[in-house]
Amino acid sequence: MQTHDAKRVEITIERAMQSRLTNALQEAGVTGYTILPVYGGSGRSGEWERSGDVTRGSGMVQVVCMIRPERLDELLDAAFAVVENHIGVVSVVDCQVLRAERF
Amino acid sequence: MALLKGADEKSRKTLRFRFPSAPLFQITPNIYGRCAKMSEILALAADNLMSPIVLSFALGLAASLARSDLTFPEAAAKAISLYLLFAIGFKGGVSVADHGVDVTLGLSLLAGVVLSATLPFVAFMLLRLLSGMDRLNAAAVAGHYGSISIVTFVAATSVLEGRGISSEGYMVAVAAAMEAPAILSALWLVTRGEKGGRMDSQLWREILLNGSIVLLVGAFFIGWITGKEGLEEIDSFIVAPFKGVLCLFLLDMGLVAGRGMRRGRKALGPGSLAFGIFMPIIGSIFGLVAALALGLSTGGALLLMTLSASASYIAVPAAMRVALPEANPSIYLTLSLGVTFPFNLTIGIPLYLTVAQAMTGG
Repeated sequence: MQTHDAKRVEITIERAMQSRLTNALQEAGVTGYTILPVYGGSGRSGEWERSGDVTRGSGMVQVVCMIRPERLDELLDAAFAVVENHIGVVSVVDCQVLRAERF
Repeated sequence: MALLKGADEKSRKTLRFRFPSAPLFQITPNIYGRCAKMSEILALAADNLMSPIVLSFALGLAASLARSDLTFPEAAAKAISLYLLFAIGFKGGVSVADHGVDVTLGLSLLAGVVLSATLPFVAFMLLRLLSGMDRLNAAAVAGHYGSISIVTFVAATSVLEGRGISSEGYMVAVAAAMEAPAILSALWLVTRGEKGGRMDSQLWREILLNGSIVLLVGAFFIGWITGKEGLEEIDSFIVAPFKGVLCLFLLDMGLVAGRGMRRGRKALGPGSLAFGIFMPIIGSIFGLVAALALGLSTGGALLLMTLSASASYIAVPAAMRVALPEANPSIYLTLSLGVTFPFNLTIGIPLYLTVAQAMTGG
């Protein structure tokens, strides 16, 4: 089967910043993304866990998007403007997709 | 009784020695009164500590500190908080429909806004004084102490119901009005310093239209519009099960507070911990002064004291993460959820009630 090169960008960010990030992505022309709940974790800011989280300011989500390699910088610029000062992780991995016209 | 007598005898001698001419009949009733008042506060505190609500919280706290795997599913905790907000808002609205609207309602709302905007300045100064915390984190913490904890408010209404003390139904609206002004004060405190806070229209919308506020105020208006007839239709849902559901919610809050204590203990020093205990007491005094100026009932005074004493852990942390991302969330969440919330629930509310009763004659 024919596959095509793409980049998978995973942005783990505070829940309070989710809508700001997705708005910035859409303004940059990135209309396809998936938001995943994140169960818990640990990082420089300490441990955190989704269950029993009554404080809307402390949870995290992950925004995942797959994009053509030539559009990666545009996406990262838009995302970085939002996540720069906030707790979170941005990672980029190479991947293969089946239907290139969708990205 | 023997102890009281002993204390009284000792005090008499001291007073005679220092003021030989002072007539004893003027002094002894004060000492008796003070001892009686103190034992009343202790009895009320003990009574409160043995209530199912506080014991449920203590169970959650103990389980969490002991690292039990007891957890509440996120959706269940959310559903329970929605129920409590709806019930408390609805009952407040029915109370207003029952007793009518007067000028005190508007003045109470105004007092709530002023208290919420003013308390962060007091908290900021106290925190800097006690702990020497940096300006940014102190401002972020101060914002939490101007705003309110709706669960502490619900617990206080439950204590009032248990003792058959009525309160002004519109205190629910005052609670909603006190949520946001503190955030502005906190940001102002920061912008006076080196680092600026970031407020945009989206953040404003999120603060003013956050789900808790919309549900609380919405249910208040439904209760106001439908009145007692509306309450009769659904009272088997929102009156009878209320305390049981509150117990479950506080069990979850205990788990959350314990988790916060475990994770955030390194972020707090003795000065910050002292702030977490003293600030609610100072806040309650501000609330009491406002309540007396407004002429609120004993129940209303307790609720305004509780609102002024409580610290936010839902709306303000979210706003601070957006507006002041450099501030350390471990500090403000641990203080409001791990120190002040348990203090208010166990010792604060009985203390405020006793003071409110003494000052309003209720």
